[in-house]
Amino acid sequence: MTNNIVIVGVGGQGTLLASKILGYIALENGYDVRVSEVHGMSQRGGSVVTYVRISDKEKLYSAIVEQEQADVVLAFESLEALRALPYLKKGGTMIVNTQELLPMPVIIGAAEYPADCLERVREKCSVIELDATEIAHRCGTYKAANVVLIGVLAKKLPFSYDQWMKAIEANVKPKFIDINKEAFKRGYEL
Amino acid sequence: MKQLMLGNEAIARGAYEAGVRVSSAYPGTPSTEINENVANYPEIYCEWAPNEKVAVEVALGAAVAGARSMACMKHVGLNVAADPFYTATYTGVNGGMVVIVADDPGMHSSQNEQDTRMHAKASHAPCLDPSDSQECKDFMKLALDISEEYDTPVILRVTTRIAHARTVVELGERQERELRPYTRNIKKYVSMPGNMIGRHLYVEDREKRLAEAANTMSINRIEWGDRKVGVITSGAAYNYVKEAMPNVSVLKLGMAYPLPRKLIEEFANGVEELYIIEDMEPFYEETIKSWGIKCSGKDKTGVQGELFARKIAAKFAGEEEAGPMNTQGIPVRPPVLCPGCPHRGLYYILGKLKLTVCSDIGCYTLGALAPLNGVDTCVCMGASIGMAHGMEKARGKEQAKKTVAVLGDSTFCHSGITGLLNMMYNSSVGTVIIADNSITGMTGHQQNPSTGFDIHGNVAPQLNLEKLCESMGIKHVVVVDPYDLKKFEAVLREETARDELSVIISRRPCALIVKQPGIPFDSDPAKCKNCGMCMKIGCPAIRKTETGVKVDPTQCVGCGLCATVCPFGALNAKGE
Repeated sequence: MTNNIVIVGVGGQGTLLASKILGYIALENGYDVRVSEVHGMSQRGGSVVTYVRISDKEKLYSAIVEQEQADVVLAFESLEALRALPYLKKGGTMIVNTQELLPMPVIIGAAEYPADCLERVREKCSVIELDATEIAHRCGTYKAANVVLIGVLAKKLPFSYDQWMKAIEANVKPKFIDINKEAFKRGYEL
Repeated sequence: MKQLMLGNEAIARGAYEAGVRVSSAYPGTPSTEINENVANYPEIYCEWAPNEKVAVEVALGAAVAGARSMACMKHVGLNVAADPFYTATYTGVNGGMVVIVADDPGMHSSQNEQDTRMHAKASHAPCLDPSDSQECKDFMKLALDISEEYDTPVILRVTTRIAHARTVVELGERQERELRPYTRNIKKYVSMPGNMIGRHLYVEDREKRLAEAANTMSINRIEWGDRKVGVITSGAAYNYVKEAMPNVSVLKLGMAYPLPRKLIEEFANGVEELYIIEDMEPFYEETIKSWGIKCSGKDKTGVQGELFARKIAAKFAGEEEAGPMNTQGIPVRPPVLCPGCPHRGLYYILGKLKLTVCSDIGCYTLGALAPLNGVDTCVCMGASIGMAHGMEKARGKEQAKKTVAVLGDSTFCHSGITGLLNMMYNSSVGTVIIADNSITGMTGHQQNPSTGFDIHGNVAPQLNLEKLCESMGIKHVVVVDPYDLKKFEAVLREETARDELSVIISRRPCALIVKQPGIPFDSDPAKCKNCGMCMKIGCPAIRKTETGVKVDPTQCVGCGLCATVCPFGALNAKGE
């Protein structure tokens, strides 16, 4: 079985760490895995999209998840959740951090942030909504919102809690491991 | 041992395992992580060069001296390095030499979609084109072997989706390579006409031998399937073909140049319908058609953008095409200057004075976007200076007084110094602003000759920008903090009005490399008149509401630029 995951967010929110942890745990457990990341210019506060494909049997070729191919979209921000909706396949799940970050066209009044972002998402698919930024803040830093979201996603994937802990240890700087483990737990237990 | 690696990491690993001794590069997305990873192997001497031309010359020198060597760059970097590279294919090498070039179909982080395979053909260099990280590692080793066997530098070409994809790699051990003996060989390494005539004949013969060998190289392989349709493909496109059309016959080209004619003819004869599916230019297609083989490809896809599996399935297998992503009522989110970015102050003042701005390649190109709207031109590394000078010479002194060139410290070291020398030498009265944020920012914070540190973060001799400009004979060189808006504006007015060449060094380190105050600012609703002045600086942390502006504490780094422009003292650090 192949699991197609799309991670979307705003440059600087830590989507790369999320895909690194996912890739690591998949490989450790003998899965084939391909991850496609965005580096460079769009990282500067722009929309960012990362694809993660995990397969237990068949060999993967493409590292890209296209429209209507995603089992799960992990959205770090509400507007980006709406933008990423076309990626989801029928029956797919959207996990959304309800934080709102205004894009520059909205800030300067050239466009409006849609007030019905999440309603539009809910109409189309099953949604798990949480304020991961606030949850992470309570663990000690806003920045761990990415790992809170990974905690939520973890329940949709066939890896044990201990394996996730190991993946966090292997991919997070030593001094942030405890905060991130706590952030993961809060997401996992939601 | 298996490891998940970026294509770029795997190239570095391949270099390590194959005994490379010297690596030189200039950062450029999507190639940057190659040299960053090479730097983690102490067995390899590794450096950031000021530009790609220097990097290729360093690699060539190392190769001629008998070491295995490499240079890395993005696609447009090879334009800068084309001069040494096109003659290095004549002189050949001694130790193996590979130039890794990362193309960017779809222009994720680039100014054009040029196809490095065309450079390979024009320079008569063999070019390998891997499809995943394992191949990145394996092809790096193979490229070095080919380089030594055929006495030529080799191009290892990747694209964004290969460079920045993580796929599984089987690691190996490093195989140390002794330095090959170096002996003077004027006929080979001194590129005077008399010598190079002989070398050109060698190049012609070498290319024929390589093309012949390509027919039996294992990296060029036929995967027979249904023979009704055959596809010739390479690189990232191979992966999408395998997903979109899993049953067809495929000829996977691991070497993009020169092409294996006999193998291609055998494949073409074995299938009823032949498609050529390749990213970017119809590079294979045109050559294969020139051999009288019937095939098609680009007529269905065009050359712009990336090919993905669904597009291929729609264009070549009659499946339903995915429509464009629904973007109705969804505002775009372009990249922005970060909170605390020093360039924000600079562009705020440039906009205020309504100057014509010839800008350049770097984070500060983002000053082109609303609300700063502060850029007229941006073409290539260093073009800001040459173009500002050209504007002055076309339209006269008055134009020069309304025009500035803006480029970063790293871009200045890369290609700005010669442009400035030209301005000085040819009596310009223009103004050049070096936006010195003490780092190569856009590519993710690499050191450069003006930062005082080397690739390993060790202290290194530091270029003094002021002294360099003064030594050219430029009399007016001013250093100013772009967050001191008043002073910056005064300096800019004075220097642009002057009848002589000036350089303004706008100096403040990147907000991501120095600790920011960290105390977020807040708006006092009693004082905020909602005048919108603070909105003009385009800070992503500030939003306007009906009752006044609000600052997002998760984004604000406490730089205080908003407070500087607020006429009512409404913005203050929290708790003040």
